[in-house]
Amino acid sequence: MTIALFITCLTDNFYPRSGIAVVKVLEYLGHSVVFPQAQTCCGQPMYNNGYHNDARDLARRFLHVFEEYETIVTPSASCASMIREYYPTLFKAGTNERMAIEALSEKTYEFVEYLVRVQKVDLRSLGMKWKGSATYHPSCHLRSLGMHKESEQFIEQIEGIDLRPMANSEQCCGFGGSFAVNYPEISASMVRDKVADIKASGADTLVCNEAGCSMNIAGACQRQGVVINTKSLAEIIAEGLGLFDSENES
Amino acid sequence: MTVDTIHDKHDPLHPQLPYRIADSVNRAMGDVQLQQFVNAATTARDRGRVETCRDAFAERYDAVRRHAGDIKQHTLDHLDIYVEQFIDSATTAGAQVHCAASAEEARHIGIEIAKANECKLCVKSKSMVTEEIDLVSALEDSGIKTLETDLGEFIIQLDNDAPSHIVMPMIHKDRRSVARAFERELKTKYTEDPQQLTQIAREYMRHKFAQADLGISGANFLIADTGDVVLCTNEGNGGLTVSTPRLHIVYVGIEKIIPRLDHLPVFLKLLARSATSQPITVYTTILTGPKRELEIDGPKHMHIILLDNGRTDILRTDAREMLRCIRCGACLNACPVYRKVGGGHAYGAVYSGPIGAVITPLMKGLHNYPDLPHVSSLCGACFEACPVHIDIPRQLINLRRDMVTNRTMPLSGRLAYKLWAIVLKRPLLYRLASRIMALILRRMAQSNDSGWINKGPGPLGAWTAERDFPAPPSNSFRDWWNRHTGGQER
Repeated sequence: MTIALFITCLTDNFYPRSGIAVVKVLEYLGHSVVFPQAQTCCGQPMYNNGYHNDARDLARRFLHVFEEYETIVTPSASCASMIREYYPTLFKAGTNERMAIEALSEKTYEFVEYLVRVQKVDLRSLGMKWKGSATYHPSCHLRSLGMHKESEQFIEQIEGIDLRPMANSEQCCGFGGSFAVNYPEISASMVRDKVADIKASGADTLVCNEAGCSMNIAGACQRQGVVINTKSLAEIIAEGLGLFDSENES
Repeated sequence: MTVDTIHDKHDPLHPQLPYRIADSVNRAMGDVQLQQFVNAATTARDRGRVETCRDAFAERYDAVRRHAGDIKQHTLDHLDIYVEQFIDSATTAGAQVHCAASAEEARHIGIEIAKANECKLCVKSKSMVTEEIDLVSALEDSGIKTLETDLGEFIIQLDNDAPSHIVMPMIHKDRRSVARAFERELKTKYTEDPQQLTQIAREYMRHKFAQADLGISGANFLIADTGDVVLCTNEGNGGLTVSTPRLHIVYVGIEKIIPRLDHLPVFLKLLARSATSQPITVYTTILTGPKRELEIDGPKHMHIILLDNGRTDILRTDAREMLRCIRCGACLNACPVYRKVGGGHAYGAVYSGPIGAVITPLMKGLHNYPDLPHVSSLCGACFEACPVHIDIPRQLINLRRDMVTNRTMPLSGRLAYKLWAIVLKRPLLYRLASRIMALILRRMAQSNDSGWINKGPGPLGAWTAERDFPAPPSNSFRDWWNRHTGGQER
């Protein structure tokens, strides 16, 4: 199947290795991946901060860029839920535009969700191996897509992984987009709690599927001198399947 | 008894408007002990909710929440009909029903009834609506001594404090301050033992219940077709409040109506579990009118004051679903921000936490509470906890939208987002801007060995106050893709 990749602005610019891993894994599973070059941002910053006219324009742009494709996959549950849950609310019910947006919503998936729910991938049957101790931060938006338990079970399928439980794993890391800079004290206090729980897990690697959370958590770890590798699940899978030529490929 | 003189004008729930949250946030952030109290209590309650709901509803938990939400939504969508039906049924049952458009009118109606009945001493059970209309101080000003009989509210009243949680009003208080208040106000021997303190309060209240000529309560639900008033309580004070004095006044918001008695069970199941992780509250009292002939208990007269106070305005907006709220406090317990700001006082209003962050601006004006919609990471924990399935994050976003539309957002912010949107709508400009941004960030990171940015201007400065910011790697995903495919889309 042909899959259109929506890379998202944060992954494109800050976490390219995670995007590369998504492409490699999807190609490994036999899909052909396309990357529509005209894509920019889903418009969530505008939407969340109340600039809904601009968000609507960006939703229209997104529709224009992606509507021709059968399936759209993105490494961000946050952007996926923007498209799925919030795009439709920006258009009047019953209009052609709303129907087109709803059709778009129905074929847009977060990467892990796509593997688990659509492709019904079982990592045990792929023969992947990943050695190391890891702990998992399920992002709030992955939870809002109802993927919390399933994503955890998916990680448990990885052969060789030493998965360490994280206390309060469902708790928000405090990122929240503009919240992190509008209320930095509260946000920083939240991420301090998260870092403490990560540290207490004793894991060497943090599995985090949301670029925003990763920036926040890894940035706080860096400041506090807590040494931890932050990786997306796509990277772990790609590494476990030997799809990266070297550790630093990007 | 200094309970009579408690109402000084510094009240965290009724601050000067417009209310800005920054000072409260800073104060709470510096108070580690307060954060710990609130954190421990809310975390325990939130876990309790999840466990008891999972036990009772298993994988149907979401479906049950939606079902309850649908019943409430249906009622709100036809509220005009159900209000009329309730008034008819309650009147037939022997109660007198009054409608109050505003807080002031609601206070006035109640005080006039109390005066007409020559009431001197009022016992009151816990009610958010009476907090909303600031009833107790109005009663006291009219010469009607009023005693809060819910233990938490009693302590709050005793210590001249204000409730900071919808269900656990004294979540912010420590045992020592309670002990000191008892010693000071009730002249009893100093003790920090909760059981002894409860016993002292109990004895004190018994006498008051016996003397009181007026009982004031709220209501958890109103049943439209029977005129029933449903009260869910845990301490037994509610039962005494509504049955011992000769006059009972119920203060209740119009949104508390549900159509029929057979709609009640799902709410009883959800309310107790969501609020206090109990399978059901200790007392569930269904009142149908005042005492009837041959009945032993109950008030001679029962008045029900139906309060609007901005609710019909909310009904007209796309925030209507907010009126489904059954005041369980589950969203407060689930909210990481509520915990961090040290509980309810930081919200500067009677209703706090996620629910308060939406309904306070709706009831008292967005311009009076411009910060509340923004003090949220939009993590959605409140939505997941809500027993009537209110999409609180979406409502917060809608309020942010209204502030943009009303131009109450600062101009600098509006311009910044405008500029950003202009870039995002043009792919070439977007790519250029991304490249420039990456260059600048990498340059900033070069000034230290770590490869991270630890100090930056503007919003970046807020970020880097307590955490580092990553510098983008030299090649973006796009760069890799173009090499990977030789510049093709596919």
